[in-house]
Amino acid sequence: MYVAVKGGERAIEAAHELLAQARRGDPQVPELTLQQVSGQLSLAVDRVMAEGSLYDRELAALAIKQARGDLIEAVFLLRAFRTTLPRLAVTRPIETGRMAPRRRISATFKDLPGGQMLGPTFDYTHRLLDFALAAGASAAPEPAGVPAEPGPMPRAPAAVDPAADVNGDARGPARALAFLDAEDLIERPPMTGSDDPPDITRDPLAFPAPRAARLQNLARGDEGFLLALGYSTQRGYGRTHPFAGEIRMGEVEVEIVPEELGFAIVIGEVTVTECDMVNQFAGSATEPARFTRGYGLAFGEGERKAMAMALVDRALRADQLGEDTGAPAQDQEFVLYHSDNVEASGFVQHLKLPHYVDFQSELNLIRRIRAGTPRAVAAEPEPAAAGEED
Amino acid sequence: MIAGYNFAYLDEQTKRMIRRAILKATAIPGYQVPFASREMPLPYGWGTGGIQVTASIIGRGDTLKVIDQGADDTTNAVSIRRFFARTAGVRTTERTREASIIQTRHRIPETPLREGQIIVFQVPIPEPLRWLEPRERETRRMHAHADYGAMYVKLYEDIARYGRIATGYDYPVVVNGRYLMRPSPIPKFDNPKLDRLPALALFGAGREKRIYAVPPHTPVKSLDFEDHPFRVESWRERCALCGSGSSFLDEIVVDDSGRRMFVCSDTDYCSGRRAKRSGAEAA
Amino acid sequence: MTAAAAMRTGGFADPAAESQAAFRTLLDVLARPGRIAELKSAAVAGLSPAASSVALTLCDFETPVWLGGACAAAADWLRFHCGAPLAVDCGTARFAFAPGIADLPDLDLFDLGSDEFPDRSTTLVLEVASLGRGAALTLSGPGIAGTASLAVAGPSAAFWQARAALGALFPRGLDLFLTSGTQIAALPRATRVEVSPCTSR
Repeated sequence: MYVAVKGGERAIEAAHELLAQARRGDPQVPELTLQQVSGQLSLAVDRVMAEGSLYDRELAALAIKQARGDLIEAVFLLRAFRTTLPRLAVTRPIETGRMAPRRRISATFKDLPGGQMLGPTFDYTHRLLDFALAAGASAAPEPAGVPAEPGPMPRAPAAVDPAADVNGDARGPARALAFLDAEDLIERPPMTGSDDPPDITRDPLAFPAPRAARLQNLARGDEGFLLALGYSTQRGYGRTHPFAGEIRMGEVEVEIVPEELGFAIVIGEVTVTECDMVNQFAGSATEPARFTRGYGLAFGEGERKAMAMALVDRALRADQLGEDTGAPAQDQEFVLYHSDNVEASGFVQHLKLPHYVDFQSELNLIRRIRAGTPRAVAAEPEPAAAGEED
Repeated sequence: MIAGYNFAYLDEQTKRMIRRAILKATAIPGYQVPFASREMPLPYGWGTGGIQVTASIIGRGDTLKVIDQGADDTTNAVSIRRFFARTAGVRTTERTREASIIQTRHRIPETPLREGQIIVFQVPIPEPLRWLEPRERETRRMHAHADYGAMYVKLYEDIARYGRIATGYDYPVVVNGRYLMRPSPIPKFDNPKLDRLPALALFGAGREKRIYAVPPHTPVKSLDFEDHPFRVESWRERCALCGSGSSFLDEIVVDDSGRRMFVCSDTDYCSGRRAKRSGAEAA
Repeated sequence: MTAAAAMRTGGFADPAAESQAAFRTLLDVLARPGRIAELKSAAVAGLSPAASSVALTLCDFETPVWLGGACAAAADWLRFHCGAPLAVDCGTARFAFAPGIADLPDLDLFDLGSDEFPDRSTTLVLEVASLGRGAALTLSGPGIAGTASLAVAGPSAAFWQARAALGALFPRGLDLFLTSGTQIAALPRATRVEVSPCTSR
């Protein structure tokens, strides 16, 4: 006798227990601390903060630990927490121009004020597994600020000299693209300049989406998705002739202007990575030719993300710049509706939920259709479903 | 109830935003109202739209039933019911008649819904024109002008190719003679139940950020052609457990040789019929 | 009681529970045009108990509110309890409150939404002299099995004509809550209204 499956509740509880055991792993091995995750898996923490849209290293570390290192699951945990937080204030735009960078490179100029500074990059490491790390011994740390071996940048990085700034105040190095801007060779940053940008977590996207909304979407978008889309533009699907004008990474202050004070106060500091991409020029009979821009920004050390984002941002402006469109990366709806890994992961994985009612309808239908074709009638036994009634 | 969270999980501002969307959806039957869907602690695609709608309407006096595939004991239905038991402390039930709110995925209960009940559908893809036109800007224009010719062409192509309309579930309907609507992936067997349903039907799509509604007693017509009228499926078999000959049946493979049996997909309906039968035998 | 103290009263004591209950009432009357329900929150200056319940339940910083005529007395209360910005132009309001038809602009001056986004439209909360007595309306449309009747005292025949004229614009339109003291009924845009010559009491 068939008995319908019961006990879903007990099954779920048992699954949660198994999950807890699997997360903990071998109990003989000491449990990970959040400090270890945050300090030694810092790029994982950065990615989870960026795509989770929440700058909190400790919570991100907790999410990674709880998610057994599954970063998309960790992003989801952080998002679900973020959504319960009240929105207390809107910060002033961060000023990356005032960053004291820990890394700063330009591919468009051999040298420039402030210098090229490699910082903590994998770029010129040889990707050889370091068995000394496996033995528990850290490789001898290099002197800070000096690359392990000379890169293609001929100059050793200079320490940041605030006085070197063209403006003379306590700022970081001038932006590389400012030198192009001074000659009017590049477009001005194409922002709407609104003090009240849309909030994509509060207002559903409508199309065409303003650039501020697009950038928000890309900033929390899945790195892998942006990477593939950015790559596709380089291979000809919406080519933009990009140059990495400047990439900088470091700490910036976050300010708010409390209504009762009327002036800005610093509430904290965040690490960000910014990429200014210089792209092929646009011009017309009436407008002189200028380079165009693509922009990327990510929480933490997220250089690959920021660069891919800048490529996609630029591709999404094709329409506005009067370029040919049709490549996936140029399609607003395609890019913005599919960039979010929490949405994508949920919907892909929902396929494992039971669908047997829909499938039954399909079974009935296909049997009915086959019953209607003469060969199928001869070959098939009676269809299980009697078919349809009026 | 769990500490640290508001009643029914969502904060009051979010509920207000969703409530405004629900009211507009009810005022414009079948029209998909965009709303600022929140991240929920359950994955997108697993009922976040329905959960947000339920969380925004549910009160302490409500009795909630949650079904998936017609069944109260499927794991996702259990998980969602527990979520509301924990965050709202409401009564839950498996009885269709006792529920004031029924959240469902893929079915409408066999027991007729009554005036005063609310049925909340979990919707994966709300846009009925999406497979014909992937662009939101374009489908929005089509709805604005009630330009639904493409859907009829698609159905007609089905007839030319298969001799019938080859859609078994999520079968498109027109609400109150105006808006083309997806009834969510219910089998078309359930479509006639939506027509002039005495209960209020609310549809929530979390990932796609849309809410829509069918008010009570509103005409809901499944698309068809004069020479190919809409029909629902039926079974030669009866339910092996309760003997019903009029409910939607699940087909279950019972051994390695592929033998099948058929049982009601609606577990409450089925167990109610069995209880009545065993009561009659005992008497 | 000072004016400032008066302003602070008339909110929900238990916001989660009371706004939920009020919302269900609003949903119920909107889903079943013709039905009259009770909303018992405190009256505040400029708004009846039913109208103030609508504001507390639905209005916040995201919804500009237009206040017609004597409803303007509720401006401070509305800002304090809902945080809603005031709309000077009724065409930019998500919600509009009017103490009677004398204080209404032409109905098509409200935001009726667009064909693409008909939901982005004003909801009008109109105080009437009576619900249950007055001109007998015969209602039909979504939410109604066959026809329903509703008696409303206050709005003129011209008002009903103006409302009916908006029907041609569907899906654009104006959704209407009628309030009278603690009573509320709704006429969403899709409801057809016929005014009978006779009155009921």
